[in-house]
Amino acid sequence: MRTPAYVKGKLGWIERVHGSFRNPESLAYGGDGMPAQPLYMVGFRQTDLWQTRYSEKPSDTLYVDLYEHWLEGVPST
Amino acid sequence: MSHDHDHVHGDHDVSQHDPEAAERNKVPFYGKRMYAMRDLLIEKGVLTREDIQREIEYMDSRSPANGARLVARAWVSERFKQLLLSDPKAACAELGIDASGLTEFVVLENTEQVHNLVVCTLCSCYPRPILGRPPDWYKSFAYRSRAVVEPRAVMAEFGTSLPDDVEVRVFDSSADVRYLVLPMRPEATDGLSEEELAALVTRDSLIGVTEAKLPTVPATAV
Repeated sequence: MRTPAYVKGKLGWIERVHGSFRNPESLAYGGDGMPAQPLYMVGFRQTDLWQTRYSEKPSDTLYVDLYEHWLEGVPST
Repeated sequence: MSHDHDHVHGDHDVSQHDPEAAERNKVPFYGKRMYAMRDLLIEKGVLTREDIQREIEYMDSRSPANGARLVARAWVSERFKQLLLSDPKAACAELGIDASGLTEFVVLENTEQVHNLVVCTLCSCYPRPILGRPPDWYKSFAYRSRAVVEPRAVMAEFGTSLPDDVEVRVFDSSADVRYLVLPMRPEATDGLSEEELAALVTRDSLIGVTEAKLPTVPATAV
């Protein structure tokens, strides 16, 4: 819902844990937002998000706050 | 109707009861819709005029000066800087800045290696309880769409050029977290007072599109 389209399906890492907040999917429809959901700051490499469209520096990064239930785990390498 | 007049009755009544009516007729569609919703909320007892006025006054009392005070204090006090980075709300409380309107507040430190830039691609998330209303460009489609894909080009348009070896970190603010950038203290500011330092901290530098201003007069000059 509040996930920007350009990060959908992209691989990122958990940069920090913000804590738990009321679930916006419930709040948006007049619910109480409970149970609260963990919110993470998720980091991405700009070149992973935009591939060759990102013409600036390969070391540049981008961070988005995403709720746990909007994330999908990948096996650690 | 016993009284006579040569103008439209409705207009007359509205302006009698609502002095804003004349102004309201000049506003564009979305503004009119906002006023209509406001009136309905008041009519239905969801809000009162006083609630709305109080909120407007609260918002008007917030300004980038709050952010500038936080930054200037962090520049002069390492202890305060660490507090600002680890517990920004406690840091606000120390300076008497009310941060209670923020759910979660994160301060991003610019360094020689990292430059932070804040955007909200989905709407206009901004640390309003600290800084007040965001600038219009922050809400523009152009900024919101370009800041994430070509941040350095956007910053260049604000007159900011960063060395290639500095990592640009863009924060797309979308949920319950509000971000504030802690810009680097400019060179040649050793002799400046905290107030003079605060004057170098612009709103744009707190968003990250620019760095803090350089002092206009060298600190050593009399």
